Amino acid sequence: MHFSLQFSLPPVITALSPRSKSFSHQPHHHRIKKLTSHVPKSPLCSTTECALIHQCKEEEEEAFDGRVEDQTLPLGLRPEALPRHVAVIMDGNRRWARLRDLPVGSGYEAGVRSLRKIVELCCEWGIKVLSVFAFSSDNWFRPKVEVEFLMSLFERGMQEDTGIFLRENIRISVIGDLARLPEALQELIINLEEATKNNARFQLIVAVSYSGHYDVVQACQRLALKAKCGLIEPSDINESLIEQELVTKCTEFPYPDLLIRTSGEFRVSNFMLWQLAYAELFFAQSLWPDFGEAEFLKALLAFQKRQRRYGG
Amino acid sequence: MTLHMEKGGISRSARRSLWKLSYLQRKCIFSVLSVGRLPIHIAFIMDGNRRYGEQRNLKEGAGHKAGYLALMLMVIYCCELGIKYITAYAFSIDNFKRGPDKVQYIMDLMLEKIELELSKKDSLFSRYGVKVHFSGNMELLSDPIKDAAKRLMVATANNSNTLLTVCFAYTSRNEILHAIQETCQEKLAQIQLQESISEGRISMCNPGQGNDVLKLADIEKHMYMAIAPDPDIIIRTSGENRLSNFLLWQSANSCLISFSQLWPGISCWHLVWAVLNFQRNHYYLEKKKKKQI
Repeated sequence: MHFSLQFSLPPVITALSPRSKSFSHQPHHHRIKKLTSHVPKSPLCSTTECALIHQCKEEEEEAFDGRVEDQTLPLGLRPEALPRHVAVIMDGNRRWARLRDLPVGSGYEAGVRSLRKIVELCCEWGIKVLSVFAFSSDNWFRPKVEVEFLMSLFERGMQEDTGIFLRENIRISVIGDLARLPEALQELIINLEEATKNNARFQLIVAVSYSGHYDVVQACQRLALKAKCGLIEPSDINESLIEQELVTKCTEFPYPDLLIRTSGEFRVSNFMLWQLAYAELFFAQSLWPDFGEAEFLKALLAFQKRQRRYGG
Repeated sequence: MTLHMEKGGISRSARRSLWKLSYLQRKCIFSVLSVGRLPIHIAFIMDGNRRYGEQRNLKEGAGHKAGYLALMLMVIYCCELGIKYITAYAFSIDNFKRGPDKVQYIMDLMLEKIELELSKKDSLFSRYGVKVHFSGNMELLSDPIKDAAKRLMVATANNSNTLLTVCFAYTSRNEILHAIQETCQEKLAQIQLQESISEGRISMCNPGQGNDVLKLADIEKHMYMAIAPDPDIIIRTSGENRLSNFLLWQSANSCLISFSQLWPGISCWHLVWAVLNFQRNHYYLEKKKKKQI
């Protein structure tokens, strides 16, 4: 899906989102902060997009203080009803590439661009945590060339975006069986997590070499060890103790309120099984590289309509 | 078998004829479905009973009675289709949060229906060869219900066509917790036995040791749902799109289907639609797996 260049309203660029919106149906914003000239939006103009973002962010640095009252939400979104933690299964990158006769790697790169966009939106709209299923334990069975490409893509992405994470007060956490990753990547992850650990505006959790089963098994292993050392009795183990041993203990909000899966598949594919007990599930038809603001807004609006009863 | 029909003068013989007609219709459709891969295990989140009763201004609890009938019909349809495992989310541990009257009503209904099935010589379960199993934290239930559930399990133990698992006083997290507790107890007992055999050896608590002894299969065997394979399809009614703490461990690769229909209104057509969706997904997944190899 390519964004239209037709505008029904003058482009609105806020202090928090200094970029043009080029949807044919443009969401109306609650607050208008600033008007600037728009730039044609294209998935191929990432360089231009980055340049604009950098330029505008230099001019409006003081606006990035994460205060809730500076949020600019599309019409229909209520700040009090936003999910605190959104989880995403970023499915469809390879299909996206195949449909365009592009190599699989192009699909993954397009997926990274899509992720950057969603991270921006989360920061802008006040969502506190975004978890993304980047690489499943099952994905190790993919062709070696593809796996190596993905590992190098993770490395590149982290290196390139370190500046943005630091500047935008974004905390990065990587969860999964990280011992299986290349050593250079492991070191990069440790350094990035350390450098961003005090950032409090927004947390991006990237699940790499992860599965929900792995998470529960490693929690059980840790509890078994504590029991073996006499620190706890097996009968003392409760849901709270399990939660404290899951890899999502890295965040204040370990349980996603909303899970989005793209590409039209209706499965959770072994992602965060324990944590998704009460999550609202939203299945989007579009492939991940095509999942943009409009679709994300649709998911959030659908979430707001859900009645969550938790069994009561 | 008598169908639940509206009052208004349909004779018993007419009801039998209608049932036979619908049976022939289903047989025809199911034989077409059977050309493709059939799911082995279908799970149901039976949501919407209360709303069903409220929408029709029925008296308290009537929605759940209608829900029970819908479950029995769905069991029949699944048996006719040849589904080997059926799981139904009947009562969550979270449901204890509801008013005591509401909880008691469901408990009374469960007891009444179990006793009814046990009293029949030619019950639905024996006619269709359905073995019944209750999964959940049975210690949270009163003695009469625990006892009745055990008797039903014993009475149907020799049936072998289909396994119906009724999740009662169940949540998935509680199931996983129970499995972890059992696993830790088991491993601790093994280690203590090993240590008593190798006298004088001091075991060090180093982080590596936990990993060597505990694996996924160790936990899985202690799950309440270890009696059945993972569900191929999980169907939820009433339009909600969430798992609500149901089969979290087992749902890793299940096809999730949500119908807007409230549970008591579910029909054979919903089952047909779910199976068709499963077959379409299954074909795609098999293709994907072959490409990876």
